[in-house]
Amino acid sequence: MARISPLDPNPFDREEKVSTAKLNATQYIVALVMLVLVSGLWRLQILGADNYRVLAEQNRIRKVPVLAPRGKIFDREGRILVDNYPSVTCFLVREQQKNLEADLPLIAQGLHIPEDQIRSTIKRFALAPKYQPIPLKQDITPDEQAFIAAHRDELPELETLEEQRRLYPRDGFAAHLIGYVGEVSENDLNTSKYAFYEPGDVVGKSGVEEAYDAILRGVDGSRDVVVNSHGKEVGMMGQELAKPGQDLKLTIDLDLQMAAEKALEGKNGAIVAMDPHTGEILAMVSRPTFDPNQFAVRLTRSYWNEIITNPNHPLMNKAIQAQLAPGSTFKVIMTVAGLQENMAENMHVVCNGGVTLQGHFFGCDKHHGLVDIHNALPYSCDSFYFTLADRLGIDTIAKYGHEMGIGQKTGVDLPDEATGIMPSPQWKLKAQHDKWYAGETPSVGIGQGAVQASPIQLARALSGIASGGALVRPHVVFPDEISPDMLQAIHDTYPGSGEKKVEISPETWQIVTDDMANVTQGIGTAAEAHLEGIDFAGKTGTADVVSGRKKGTADKATLPNAWFVGMAPRRNPDIVVAVLWEHGYWGNNSAKLGAQVINAFVTKQRMRSGNLMKLADSPKPAAPSDQTPGDKPKTPAANPAGANTAALEPQRGLPRPGAGGR
Amino acid sequence: MFRSRFRDFDWTLLGFVAALSIISVFEIRSATAMTKFHGFQTKQILFLSIGTVAMFGISMLDYHKLLDIAYWAYGISITALVAVLVPHIGTKVLGARRWINLGGGAHFQPSEWVKLVLILTMARFLWERSGEDHEMTWRDIGKCFALIGVPMLLVLKEPDLGTCLTYSPVLLAGLFLGGIRLKQASILILGFLLVVGVGWKSGKLLKPYQKARLTAFVNPDNDPKGSGYQIRQSLIAVGSGGLWGTGANKGSQTQGDFLPIPYTDFIFAAFCEEHGFIGAVIILLLYFMILVRLVQNAQMAADPPGTLVTMGVMAVTLFQVAVNVGMCLGLMPVTGIPLPLMSYGGSSVIFTFLALGIVMNIRMRRFVN
Repeated sequence: MARISPLDPNPFDREEKVSTAKLNATQYIVALVMLVLVSGLWRLQILGADNYRVLAEQNRIRKVPVLAPRGKIFDREGRILVDNYPSVTCFLVREQQKNLEADLPLIAQGLHIPEDQIRSTIKRFALAPKYQPIPLKQDITPDEQAFIAAHRDELPELETLEEQRRLYPRDGFAAHLIGYVGEVSENDLNTSKYAFYEPGDVVGKSGVEEAYDAILRGVDGSRDVVVNSHGKEVGMMGQELAKPGQDLKLTIDLDLQMAAEKALEGKNGAIVAMDPHTGEILAMVSRPTFDPNQFAVRLTRSYWNEIITNPNHPLMNKAIQAQLAPGSTFKVIMTVAGLQENMAENMHVVCNGGVTLQGHFFGCDKHHGLVDIHNALPYSCDSFYFTLADRLGIDTIAKYGHEMGIGQKTGVDLPDEATGIMPSPQWKLKAQHDKWYAGETPSVGIGQGAVQASPIQLARALSGIASGGALVRPHVVFPDEISPDMLQAIHDTYPGSGEKKVEISPETWQIVTDDMANVTQGIGTAAEAHLEGIDFAGKTGTADVVSGRKKGTADKATLPNAWFVGMAPRRNPDIVVAVLWEHGYWGNNSAKLGAQVINAFVTKQRMRSGNLMKLADSPKPAAPSDQTPGDKPKTPAANPAGANTAALEPQRGLPRPGAGGR
Repeated sequence: MFRSRFRDFDWTLLGFVAALSIISVFEIRSATAMTKFHGFQTKQILFLSIGTVAMFGISMLDYHKLLDIAYWAYGISITALVAVLVPHIGTKVLGARRWINLGGGAHFQPSEWVKLVLILTMARFLWERSGEDHEMTWRDIGKCFALIGVPMLLVLKEPDLGTCLTYSPVLLAGLFLGGIRLKQASILILGFLLVVGVGWKSGKLLKPYQKARLTAFVNPDNDPKGSGYQIRQSLIAVGSGGLWGTGANKGSQTQGDFLPIPYTDFIFAAFCEEHGFIGAVIILLLYFMILVRLVQNAQMAADPPGTLVTMGVMAVTLFQVAVNVGMCLGLMPVTGIPLPLMSYGGSSVIFTFLALGIVMNIRMRRFVN
């Protein structure tokens, strides 16, 4: 090895300077490299600055939605039906370089979730971006919140988020009317109705929640948050406040709703109560019911299966969606048709347990003897109405049925109302591609055959008749609660026969209302439901569900549906109640349920007026045969047969609850 | 004697170096402010202090003495590089064995220091050879390749592609200044291209992630969350800086942790975001001045080994600046090469200052012979 220290004796011998040209060249290489780098800077910072600034903002600013709380829902007197409550969801953050598996037992224990369930949840989100937290458990309890707070250091991967959730009444109270909310489905998003919704949005899925979603939901706001590369929030740029949803006052009377709920408890069917002057729905019950609170949080599979497989359709709002043979309640419409056509006034039928028409025998359940227009309805004599139907003919019956809104939607402001069927030759040709046989007509006269109606249709039709032909559009939200545009939109969304005036002569009006009043009197089918001191009118219906009566069979599913439509007072009623008790056997049974609701209504009115005595004193179109204790002697009592001329003037004997209306 | 020597010390060069060092301290402070690494600027000041002391120290010692022990140092270096690869001796960090654990939390990364040894060894080898013949024989070229190639392969095995590549300018500068002929150079370039092509295809030389990193710069948007992420974030940081920058401590990409490791490999991008085109050009100008000054020092050296050593330092510095800044600007692949005098890191700082100390040493002794 050669030594090359300065003391080396011959360094000068080997002196060979490195080429100066090459060294100079390197300076140019250095300059060239620098020029290339500066040009690169120029390209990015001068030419591309705007573009990269946008990208930088996108990197940094994230729009975080601020969910608007939904509007609360109140009854007509401002009592709360649906509230919101702050609910905390626990999320799992996956950004930490942490062995989640080791923490699972602790998390599972603290949050009361099985470990396997957490694992499968994590697995489901395996493909989602890492910065997206996984929702572990919704609506966690204060205990679980405390657990998360206490384990912040050990379990930094757990995060919580508070949001507002729906709190519905317990035990499915008014569940069908109110409806429920849920995440908008992918299918819904493709329809025009949900054009402005985004995936993940919570929307009303049925009932008022669906119909008035636009009002209740409010407008979500957003916050522009500054995030770092891990998605962690490090600041805020600005925010757009959420506009909370508008509160909504329903026409429902909580007291009446409770009475109706109680009346139908343990039965299947529906009750709807309405103010016939305005169409305001006062109560709406359907049974069996469901718990909308279960829908507001994550719906469990078992509860969903339970609901879906229940043969009695808990999710169906039978008050507007059940379309069934109305049975004898249809006879009220028949009575109007017969009188308006001047055919029933002097018609007499001898009922010997049935009549023979068009070569067929049509059976009646009793031997009513000589029946005329005044006792046919209270008796609910089938023989009379078979004969009347035969004489009127299907076209005339269909005309009156249509006028009264049978076979059409009423236009109630709730989703998925049933249409029902008013049979006619045209209908049969279209639906069954067959001509109408005259032998089919008598059955229509007693609301059987192909006739199908919903409780709300019958309530509107019969109270409309009692109001002298003024039919209303039923609604659950006061029209003055919402903007005219919104009202129009609701009417467009839920079309129906709506508000209309049907021609009924004063004579017809008097007879049919007196007839209905007699239904709840001594000779009437609903005499058992008689309400002392209340001008209570109505009509029962016992509608066969299988062809040919098999009375007395043990199978409950073959029992007739029990209908009742009742109102008070008999003319220009302040309330109408339609009751459907599926397989309730006799219309009379439903009449008792209807009477409970009417009684609750009248009692409340009298309590409100603060003068029970005075009210009881006032003249009534139809006085009961007995006097209630405390009642003072009355003005001359009305004839139970209904020949009361004093009642020709429309009476408004009972004060109306609440504010709205005419 | 002492005073006169320090009169010949290159204070101008030191001025440029000091300017860059001070800027780097501020940028490290800004880039780590929002992270768990905040306070790294203090450690960087410590490294700079040690580096400065080392620089003055080594400038006192005649560089010929260093050249004397170059071959010994080379042998020790190779041993250290092999030792790093041995489990229990080499410490594995993030999948790569680069450090020798000295105990007590201290780690020693030999690959950085080997650079210095290679510069000295190459200079000595070329100078000894130059006495025999002006022009390089194939045999000489082969020896040069072996001299640099062996440590390169060892470092590549760690794996540390970045450091491995920083050895190559020593070889290139050596061949260029040592007298390689044009014909030889042309054949070598062709051969190199052939080897790279085959090596790339065979997949034995580079690990897949290294390949992905090397190619991502061509089109970072192909895989913005994966291998293209770093380069994409770097381009956004640099580009959004614009003419004047966002201002110190205000770069959203730097502060928001979008820009990866903004205090080491991507410190230039962080600086570009916060100080814009103007600031970046000033930085490049400082590097230009330092590099040109180094070439001038090489020209002034008293003897060929002095020139060769200085040019070796120049070549390594130029290479690292070009590759690192090129990487930040999307002109070069991501290789993990730190930016000398700017990037945080003890090994890098101390190597740079030692190298500069040797350059000063050579300049101070330019009239000795």
